Amino acid sequence: MRYEAPKTLEQAIALLSGANGQARVLAGGTDVLIQLRSGRADPQLLVDIKAIPEMRAVVADSGGYRIGAAVTCMELIENEVFARDWPGVVDGVKLIGSVQVKGRATLGGNLCNASPAADGVPALIAAGALVCIAGPLGRREAPVEDFVLGPGRTSLGNGELVAAIQLPRRAPHSGDAYLRFTPRTEMDIAVVGAAVYLTLDGKGVCRSARVGLGAVAARALLVPAAAAALIGTTVDEAALERLAAAASAACRPIDDKRGTKQFRVKVAGVMARRAAAIAIERARRQG
Amino acid sequence: MSATLKYQEKELKLVGTRPLRPDGVDKVTGRARFGADYNLPGQLIGKVLRSPHALARIKSIDTSAALALPGVKAVVTRDDFAEMPDEMAAVGELMINFRDVTRNMMAREKVLYDGHPLAAVAATGESVARAALALIKVEYEVLPHAIDVVEAMKPGAPLLHEHQYTQGVKPKPDRPSNVAKRLEFGHGDIAAGFRQAEVIVEREFNTKPVHQGYIEPQACLASYSADGQAELWTSTQGHFVFRAQCAKVLQMDVSKIRVTPTEIGGGFGGKNNIYNEALAIALSRKSGHPVKMVMTREEVFSSTGPTSGANVKVKLGCTRDGKITAAEAELNFQAGAFPGSSVNQASMCAFTRYDLANVRIVGHDVTVNRPKVAAYRAPGAPIAVFGVESVIDEMAKKLGIDPIEFRLRNAAKEGTQTYYGPKLGPIGYIQTLEAARAHPHYRAPLGPNQGRGVATGFWFNIGNETTCSLNLQEDGTLTLMLGTIDVAGGSRASMAMMVAEELGIEFDRVRPFVGDTASLGFNFLTAGSRGTFASGMASVIAARQVIEKLRQRVAKIREVPLEAVAWKDGHARPVDATVAQFAPMSLPEIARMAGKTGGTIAGHAEINAQGAGPGFGTHIVDVEVDKETGAVKILRYTVVQDVGKAIHPAYVEGQLQGGAVQGIGWALNEEYVYGEDGVLQNPGFLDYRIPVASDLPFIDTVIVEVPNPNHPYGVRGCGEVPIIAPMAAIANAIENAIGLRLCEQPLSPPRVLKAIDEAAAARR
Amino acid sequence: MSRNHVSATVNGDQVEFLCETGQTLLEALRDELRLTGTKEGCGTGDCGACSVIVDGRLVCACLMLAVEAEGKAIQTIEGMATGETLHPLQRKFIEHAALQCGICTPGILIAARSLLERNPNPTEDEVRYWLAGNLCRCTGYHKIVDAVLDAAREMRGG
Repeated sequence: MRYEAPKTLEQAIALLSGANGQARVLAGGTDVLIQLRSGRADPQLLVDIKAIPEMRAVVADSGGYRIGAAVTCMELIENEVFARDWPGVVDGVKLIGSVQVKGRATLGGNLCNASPAADGVPALIAAGALVCIAGPLGRREAPVEDFVLGPGRTSLGNGELVAAIQLPRRAPHSGDAYLRFTPRTEMDIAVVGAAVYLTLDGKGVCRSARVGLGAVAARALLVPAAAAALIGTTVDEAALERLAAAASAACRPIDDKRGTKQFRVKVAGVMARRAAAIAIERARRQG
Repeated sequence: MSATLKYQEKELKLVGTRPLRPDGVDKVTGRARFGADYNLPGQLIGKVLRSPHALARIKSIDTSAALALPGVKAVVTRDDFAEMPDEMAAVGELMINFRDVTRNMMAREKVLYDGHPLAAVAATGESVARAALALIKVEYEVLPHAIDVVEAMKPGAPLLHEHQYTQGVKPKPDRPSNVAKRLEFGHGDIAAGFRQAEVIVEREFNTKPVHQGYIEPQACLASYSADGQAELWTSTQGHFVFRAQCAKVLQMDVSKIRVTPTEIGGGFGGKNNIYNEALAIALSRKSGHPVKMVMTREEVFSSTGPTSGANVKVKLGCTRDGKITAAEAELNFQAGAFPGSSVNQASMCAFTRYDLANVRIVGHDVTVNRPKVAAYRAPGAPIAVFGVESVIDEMAKKLGIDPIEFRLRNAAKEGTQTYYGPKLGPIGYIQTLEAARAHPHYRAPLGPNQGRGVATGFWFNIGNETTCSLNLQEDGTLTLMLGTIDVAGGSRASMAMMVAEELGIEFDRVRPFVGDTASLGFNFLTAGSRGTFASGMASVIAARQVIEKLRQRVAKIREVPLEAVAWKDGHARPVDATVAQFAPMSLPEIARMAGKTGGTIAGHAEINAQGAGPGFGTHIVDVEVDKETGAVKILRYTVVQDVGKAIHPAYVEGQLQGGAVQGIGWALNEEYVYGEDGVLQNPGFLDYRIPVASDLPFIDTVIVEVPNPNHPYGVRGCGEVPIIAPMAAIANAIENAIGLRLCEQPLSPPRVLKAIDEAAAARR
Repeated sequence: MSRNHVSATVNGDQVEFLCETGQTLLEALRDELRLTGTKEGCGTGDCGACSVIVDGRLVCACLMLAVEAEGKAIQTIEGMATGETLHPLQRKFIEHAALQCGICTPGILIAARSLLERNPNPTEDEVRYWLAGNLCRCTGYHKIVDAVLDAAREMRGG
């Protein structure tokens, strides 16, 4: 196994394209190293993207943000300006493992690992984030909810890699939040995760909303029906109950060592409702 | 010598204070050397090939391709180890059979669990060793397996051992069974007891296996010389016991194996038995190089420990005024792939907190396709007590009696006849109940969805073979060589404190350490809460020998009769001025002259410590249940325990807190999860969920001291008791929070939520 | 197998070593540099026993390749005391009986130090959540949390 740390995106793409599928991108490495150790991954080439300057930056961009794929979770958490705008995204990032893991792990890696339970992803879906992809054929963008195809599978083609994640400009009177359920308070994989992003008008009526769910299907889901339960309401108890029911109804979970179907379906609704309550609180506070 | 030193009340200067542990600085600076920290020049790395099947017959093992790989120096399989006859030995808290030890170490006819070793290689490096494992070809005939204890007990269940007929059943059964043993305890007339009962509670409980979860994986380094001598460095709770097991399975003389114990990164019963040690010696013998073997975390989970999962039935009869008339239990314990679970200890601990006229317990030791169980802190007791203390709590509630009051009305006390043998001596059970009832925690207000639970635990505590050697050095300082491993609790400090107390000198004048197996005679494991009791007794005997010799020397130097010389505050002094008058001599003064007055002064003890004092504890816990998710949060926790005497109270508190938190993990989230294929699904700390710091509150402790009459300082031992009560205490607290009795461990969110939802559906 | 050459600083000292690409920083520290104070409890980032600080960041040495250490400044437990003088956290851990078996202790000390460098006055909850990535099976964490809070108090000069 060879290790390369290119200095430019172009070099990285050239290395990946030349390796004919035998290469892995190394960002934080917190998933890749475990796969190497267990033998689940056995690449010929590791392409470390941390020496590429644009991959390491969080850039304010037309009111939104461009988060380089190699920005670590701790860097993002400590970015106070970003955290003020997208607290729900940061809610998710804060839950990606221990402080130690977050010192290496990246949001880009969390996305590319393509786990249905990735804590970083539902809030990105709710926020309407885009994945910025670069490859031999140039650059393209894709909505986060379309990027992951299933467990361990993404829409990345040969030689392509994620360069950044693009967060839109946050709307006025809006708030986002992410909550997950785990048996322990920390150091767990989400049994269920739910993110809500909503926008209020001057009268406190919800004008738009997006709801993302994690760990309840083969990939994180955008759930328009759950969002519809909020739109046009003042996000009162009744609306929250409808949101919970819609979130539960959207689940297509499995039974596994981390939770049962029945549990996931029920708790998805609970988490969605609680996340919405936080999001609306944030929206009201942000004015 | 069978030894008991009686308790003497006296004014204490050091015992009961909190000096700093001698291993502290090494452990905070990274200097302390654990199993994986030892290396030898020219060492090879050893790795083990393990079964991917729960049960399969081994048709063939072909190691030729592995041996041909450059860098591979030796491979061992079943063919490298002799067949062992059926021979039971109490090496460890549990009985083992050497026929099974050799098979658990290396599969012979069949692989019996996912993770069962089949072959081991030694190679020049880790990656070569791993590559070699992949080249070993094994042909299996996969067989149907049995994982669940109740299923495995049924006639017609897949059989692990064709030669195994249930012991303890007369006449001998005509067909083999997974039930290795049936045992029965009891006294009185159980049927009459239930006839007297006005209220009866009967419940069935199930628990999953849990792992000891020590953070240091097993690690050892072996070096075998061509002259037939072997050295072994290993992380162990009992280096003498490891030596005995290695000598047996390798057919070597005991004296030809020298085991040096490393610092041990946690054991809790899980490091009572050999796993890789004999393989490392065998590989070293075959290769001519030292061989180092370190387990991965996955190997630790799939192939070592855990404790039993079990099925437990409890039935209790009581009069309306709260007197227990009958107590009955059936305990069905998973033994893992080979017989020898802790069902025996569990049976004896189940009801021994109570003074009962009519008791009956039936236990079954059942082989299943899981790793052979190992002891885990108070082996078996928490499992039985989860059931019993849940039923006790339910009974108290039915009768409308406060749960502590109910326990007090039936509490065991001095003179209580146990149903397994002895009458109890002076014990502190009632004192722990009374201290718990008086604790502010017991009266603190609770909020919505919150509940408080109480439960209690009992453990025998044990003694056994113990040796030590105390050498007075030429400057008057002493070295104390102990034969019992300091498994973490700080027992080296406690032993040195007792020696310094005896000698009337400062703590730092005594340097304690653990000797290797060539330097002392046989010691039993550090297990069963025996270390500070037994090794403490040995240390006191050695110290008293040194004092006797010091007095003799001074009598000689000062030319006075021996009876005229007293030992006080670190000096030899006249007993009183009327008998003799001489200038007192200090320990350094006598030590400096020792060479001229008869040679080096030392004390030593080789004892079988008798008279361990039973320990009792009462726990109080407050929980809050999230009724929408089933999550249980521990809000407050108080441990009250009789320890006899806390030699070093801070280290005793550490045992109480650590034990309680292991019990909390057991109660809430820890469990082995197997798939339909019999393969362990959660062999890692991500999905085997031991408690993390943010899951917990501070753990309050109340130390009760009812001295053990059979120890010079009254020590009982304290490590086991605190893990026994938490599971039941938490189940009782949940019941008080949400009105539902949960009988399936772990009390994890899916289980709690399911119970809540089912109860809600039943109400509709 | 060709090996990668790495130069870095460890506890302020320049070091060089060779490593296979798949080798972790933890393996390099322990096996190449013989700095065995950093422990392996799991190898998957779930226990924190291998916590070290790399360029000011708290990380698990088992989740970083040795080759990624090129040019980095690494701090391990071996560099925590100054000569014979223990760091206040080390001293408080001994005084508060915050260690038992000691296998998790180096990692917890490194993690606690990293916390106090960022937040000299943490609450109990902040200590507990920051240390959630460091498993301890002996103590129940009670005395560890006490020791960290007390060390913080002392380091603030109170």
